[in-house]
Amino acid sequence: MDNMINVYLYGKKYSVPDSLTIMEAFEYSGYQLVRGVGCRNGFCGACATIYRIKGQNTLHGCLACSTKVEADMCVASLPFFPLEKKTYEIEEIRPTQEIMMQLYPEIYACIGCNACTKACTQELNVMQYIAYAQRAEYEKCAEESFDCVMCGVCSARCPAGISHPQVALLARRLTGKYVRPKAEHLARRVEEIAEGKFDGAMADIMGKSDAEIRELYNTREIEK
Amino acid sequence: MSFPYTDEMMESVAKVEATRAERMKVEPRRLTAEEKDALLEQYHPDYNLESFEQILVGPNKGQKAPKELVALLQGKSRVQGMHLDLTHPDYDVDVLIIGGGGAGASAAIEAHELGANVLVVTKLRMGDANTMMAEGGIQAADKANDSPAQHYLDVMGGGHFTNVPELVEKLTKDGPKSIAWLEKLGVLFDKDENGNMITTHGGGTSRKRMHAARDYSGAEIMRVVRDEVYNRGIPVIEFTVAIELIKDTEGKAAGAVLQNLETGEIMIARAKCVVITTGGAGRLHYQGFPTSNHYGATADGLVLAYRAGARLLYQDTLQYHPTGVAFPSQIYGALVTEKVRSVGAQLVNREGVAYMHPLETRDVAASGVIREVSRGLGVHTPLRDGIWLDTPMIDMIHGKGTIEARIPGMLRMYGRYDIDLRKVPIVIYPTLHYQNGGIRISVDGMSDIPNLFVGGEASGGVHGRNRLMGNSLLDVIVFGRNAGQSAGKKFREVTLTDLTLDHVDKFAKECEEAGIHSDVLSPKLLPDYRRQK
Repeated sequence: MDNMINVYLYGKKYSVPDSLTIMEAFEYSGYQLVRGVGCRNGFCGACATIYRIKGQNTLHGCLACSTKVEADMCVASLPFFPLEKKTYEIEEIRPTQEIMMQLYPEIYACIGCNACTKACTQELNVMQYIAYAQRAEYEKCAEESFDCVMCGVCSARCPAGISHPQVALLARRLTGKYVRPKAEHLARRVEEIAEGKFDGAMADIMGKSDAEIRELYNTREIEK
Repeated sequence: MSFPYTDEMMESVAKVEATRAERMKVEPRRLTAEEKDALLEQYHPDYNLESFEQILVGPNKGQKAPKELVALLQGKSRVQGMHLDLTHPDYDVDVLIIGGGGAGASAAIEAHELGANVLVVTKLRMGDANTMMAEGGIQAADKANDSPAQHYLDVMGGGHFTNVPELVEKLTKDGPKSIAWLEKLGVLFDKDENGNMITTHGGGTSRKRMHAARDYSGAEIMRVVRDEVYNRGIPVIEFTVAIELIKDTEGKAAGAVLQNLETGEIMIARAKCVVITTGGAGRLHYQGFPTSNHYGATADGLVLAYRAGARLLYQDTLQYHPTGVAFPSQIYGALVTEKVRSVGAQLVNREGVAYMHPLETRDVAASGVIREVSRGLGVHTPLRDGIWLDTPMIDMIHGKGTIEARIPGMLRMYGRYDIDLRKVPIVIYPTLHYQNGGIRISVDGMSDIPNLFVGGEASGGVHGRNRLMGNSLLDVIVFGRNAGQSAGKKFREVTLTDLTLDHVDKFAKECEEAGIHSDVLSPKLLPDYRRQK
């Protein structure tokens, strides 16, 4: 039998089973969700949510799809937050400190309050990755921010008006494109294919009869 | 640390632990072709004839499809009874892209690159799509011991040789080029210190060609291509659905009727070319299966295209991912990436027996799980019976810290419910994962309807009757870009005549003549999970 608890959705009291996630609690209570719902599995950041347990001061950030309800939880969803996304030409920019200063100068106004880290739904060290971005240590920023789902709860709590997920995304793209070494074997293979090196083998295999290709498949060698 | 497992489950965990050392020494045998066929026929949900119905009208008349899909294909149009003025469109563009996932974003970038005036409309937010949830990786034959032909062989075999050969040729030949495109955009692939891609096996691969970005592969790709769409200033209208395609009087695709999902407002978009990238159908919950899919995966694109006269291909075959979460309830049906098996975890029954090789193709692996459970060898949980996925093996094989480094998303997902998969195995059961078939396309991505292009999961033929891991992300990029490139070239030679929705009326009339009187509105748009009192 379900153990029922009271939760407050946008301040309104509902009784729901305590095994539900916050998202399921909304649906159990009769909401047909359009906003604030996405992959339902913790990857997309659509269901950013803030809550407080009645009578406690601490404000929590979470994803509604992957957080269980608690008794006296007071919930507001944050289905959209106006993050500031700067546009740039990835081919033109370089992983310099100037680019960050130019596109996201507000990161240098960080006052070190750490509210972003406390609010992060992914338990990332958000303030630390912003510090890496300030110093143009993009690879470290990329590593530290990798699991970011861009839900925006950090930015909602930031007194300096930083759009952390956008800063991290820029750092990751700079890292992927410029900082990490290129895959030489990949570039070589693209050239080989363009030169038609594999066309013969492809034509050969495509020309095989059904029986021949089945035989080939069933006896193919599998790399250990 | 205690885990939220029942005593009965913990007794079975003890059996799994007892056999672990022995199991780690031997790789379970792979099944023969005959054994696979017999297993599929007996246990795969696609062979459960009762869950299918015959399609009574339209281009695939006489063929079968899942009941839930048939109901939507033959459902009632949302524009029925509306008096729409098609002569003053709200949007007038070169290329209209319906669906803002990985394929839609890739198509948008390519069409824009070719100078088209592009508009993207998407049901939820840009990037809210199955692409975002693809965890394991993306295939491409870019290593020295590999080749497009080798990849081709794996794809055809995985699809039981039913795939459209020319589409597979394109998929495999364009594979490396697609990875290079993503690398150039700044996608953070897992690499060694010299820049070599770290690649692993997936189910049914004969070479290690699975590229990954930890277990956030799709999310990493999606956030980068989405960022690129924004950098290019391509307009995106979110929370807006296409409820019917519009054609011109010559029968060419010419736009869509759009609806704002929040306000209900109807808008008309006119376009010289239309691209459908609406993804899959998991949220239709075929045969009552849970799904690993995104909230918006309701096969809308198939319904729109079908009513407008496009043929479907392999609409009767679905992929049930062998490892969906069977416990705990909060993540029931969620995906446990195949990468967990790629890095060493075995499938183990209640008695601690690794009854099958962990990396058989997905349809075979799923059938194996269903067989073990139906034989009474499943682990009994408060939710449903399932099979153990022996995750603690991973760190034992590759060293402590491997789980944290390679599958952090899984560690986090289970950790939220107090299950540390480094210490205990997890219970899985198949989950509805992928629509193998879809709208039939030619190599340039065009459907049967002139100027209607399709890319990604909404299309059919690339994967035949079963898709391999890592080929959907590749499909999304290869055929998403392909659709965008084809539309980006084609629009210049298109002259539209008057717009019409006659095809919708015609389809409704055919339904009536076939004795179908449906009040099921379609496309479905969103599932309804409200509690039924």
